[in-house]
Amino acid sequence: MSKLTKEQVDHFFIDQFQSFENKLNGESKKPLHQLRKAAITAFKENGLPAAKNEEYKYTNIAKAFAKHLNVEALSDNNFALSSDEAAKYFIPELDAVRLVFVNGMLNKELSDLENLPEGLQIQPIKTAQDDFQDDFARHFNTHKIEGSDSFSDLNTAFTDGGVFIKISKSAVIEKPIACYYFTDAKEADVISQPRNLVIAEKNSQTSMVESYITIGEYASFTNAVTEIVVEDDSIFNYYKYQDESEKAIHVGATLVHQLGKSVFNSGTFSFNGAMIRNNLSIAVHSEHSETNMIGLYFLDYSTHVDNHTVVDHRVPNCESNETYKGVLDGKSRGVFNGKIFVRQPAQKTNAFQSNRNILMSDGSEMDTKPQLEIWADDVKCSHGCTVGQLDKDQLFYLKARGLDEKTAKSMLLNAFASDVVNPIKIEALKKLIESKIIERL
Amino acid sequence: MLSIKNLHASIEGKEILKGINLEVKAGEVHAIMGPNGSGKSTLASVLAGREDYTVDSGEVVFQSKDLLDMGADVRAKEGVFLAFQYPIEIPGVTTTNFMKTAINKVREHRGLEPLDAVSFLKLMKEKMKLVEIDQSLLSRSLNEGFSGGEKKRNEIFQMAMLEPTLAILDETDSGLDIDALRIVANGVNTLKNPDNATIVVTHYQRLLDYIVPDFVHVLYDGKIVKSGGKDLAKELEKRGYDWIKEEADVA
Repeated sequence: MSKLTKEQVDHFFIDQFQSFENKLNGESKKPLHQLRKAAITAFKENGLPAAKNEEYKYTNIAKAFAKHLNVEALSDNNFALSSDEAAKYFIPELDAVRLVFVNGMLNKELSDLENLPEGLQIQPIKTAQDDFQDDFARHFNTHKIEGSDSFSDLNTAFTDGGVFIKISKSAVIEKPIACYYFTDAKEADVISQPRNLVIAEKNSQTSMVESYITIGEYASFTNAVTEIVVEDDSIFNYYKYQDESEKAIHVGATLVHQLGKSVFNSGTFSFNGAMIRNNLSIAVHSEHSETNMIGLYFLDYSTHVDNHTVVDHRVPNCESNETYKGVLDGKSRGVFNGKIFVRQPAQKTNAFQSNRNILMSDGSEMDTKPQLEIWADDVKCSHGCTVGQLDKDQLFYLKARGLDEKTAKSMLLNAFASDVVNPIKIEALKKLIESKIIERL
Repeated sequence: MLSIKNLHASIEGKEILKGINLEVKAGEVHAIMGPNGSGKSTLASVLAGREDYTVDSGEVVFQSKDLLDMGADVRAKEGVFLAFQYPIEIPGVTTTNFMKTAINKVREHRGLEPLDAVSFLKLMKEKMKLVEIDQSLLSRSLNEGFSGGEKKRNEIFQMAMLEPTLAILDETDSGLDIDALRIVANGVNTLKNPDNATIVVTHYQRLLDYIVPDFVHVLYDGKIVKSGGKDLAKELEKRGYDWIKEEADVA
């Protein structure tokens, strides 16, 4: 297998779109297909981010793609996942409304689409364009947002097996919505591009977790997009959990639009993968909204995790808090880029950001960059980032009380991670992450 | 119990301890006094096993075992306790959780079953009273946001929990007001018994009014230059350290 250049990878996707389009029957006049065509046109213009692209300076996805995937022999996406096998990867003890995707396509048999809680509607995205015509027209890929890029275009072009989720006005959905994205890499390399749209109507309350899983030894490329609209007075908790294989390349965009007096809490937890790029973008459209973002990447081996976040304060009187933490061992590499825009009208904005990292080995590396762009003059904004090692004095203090090196380190790392783990509002997920940290130590 | 012979130690190539000799027997209280920079805290740190210091020569035998051969955690498990001059803040770790882990590590080392939650809480309540420390403080992050007095009381609380054979108090009196000093001293005195020993490192004599030493040693320029009974501390308080320095420099 010869390594493809970026241009060849671009062409591969453009060709793939041709064959994808040929397989779609009777969709050519539908609104979704118009959007797909517009998106592939945009993609043709830009292609994947080039090596010199500042936003992808440390994370060359096209190169990783060419290195890991053999595009001549891709999986045909016909994998049958048994419920027993799937169950092994579900978050333990989580009572959830479960949605299972295999290679980007919703698997109805393994998903809870019947007897949904009151106020919750879930549909394949392809039928939602008819059944929820207005919602689809208003929100699917219509809102401009910073941080959305040609990967999002690519995803839009290939939108196929994702879901539309709607939480009705004032509904409180007690069970979290759990989306499990299985990548079947048992017999061949695989590409999947799940695409979801979530609308949380006014005054509703929802928790959602997205978990990414690879099965098999082959390489995979996931390019996911989840759009979320959080309407007035709603509370939306969103979590992403990534524990993929060492040959899994993941680009995932979570594009969020927040309306007035809403609260959006997000948590991004990355443990394994070849190369992971998370684009979390939040546009704050109306006043008195609150945005909280936490993240933890606990890495080893050659895992590369890049978190790019954007909070776009467009209106006054909003607050955002962001804390991302990293522990890097082996030859792992972390990238953090946190953009905060405070537009000229967004007076009285409070925006805080912190990114702290502990390097556990000589071979690990962290590149961190806070980026605040402030046009308003009456705001409170702060940011800070640190990259260091475990504190020797703290370690000695614990050892001087009888804790061996391993126990002492584990206690310090747990403490370090605690302020991004404790706020998790889904207890089962919190437990899973705590156990994952202990497993690492 | 503890026998230090001709101990030399340095940090980053600079020799700090230049031949310390000291014998401590069970049931005794030894005070180590001396001017700033004489090596008092270094001695305490070396005994506790801080790795920043290099032991260049000499030997330290603790209960017939080579102390210098043990890591800091093993020394603690064997019964050595250092009350830190500057207790470290550890955000995210509560004293309670920390002590539970520490006690069970020490018990494991001594071949004892781990304490269950009920016995642990009972023990904790009992020891809390001793240093008049509040439960709420122990549920907070270790030493984070504690006042100076609270930090020192927390050290003695930990000492009470771990019941060491040899306690080393490194300037536990610094930064303490008189009330806190009494509480801390009372805690130390209550823990004293014929089978354990205490080394009190201090610059001032005041603490020794409350923790009465059997022996007082004066450390100067990395050596013990004078030893005596508790009256020596009083004399130092009255006359300062200059006469000691002069005597030592002449010698």
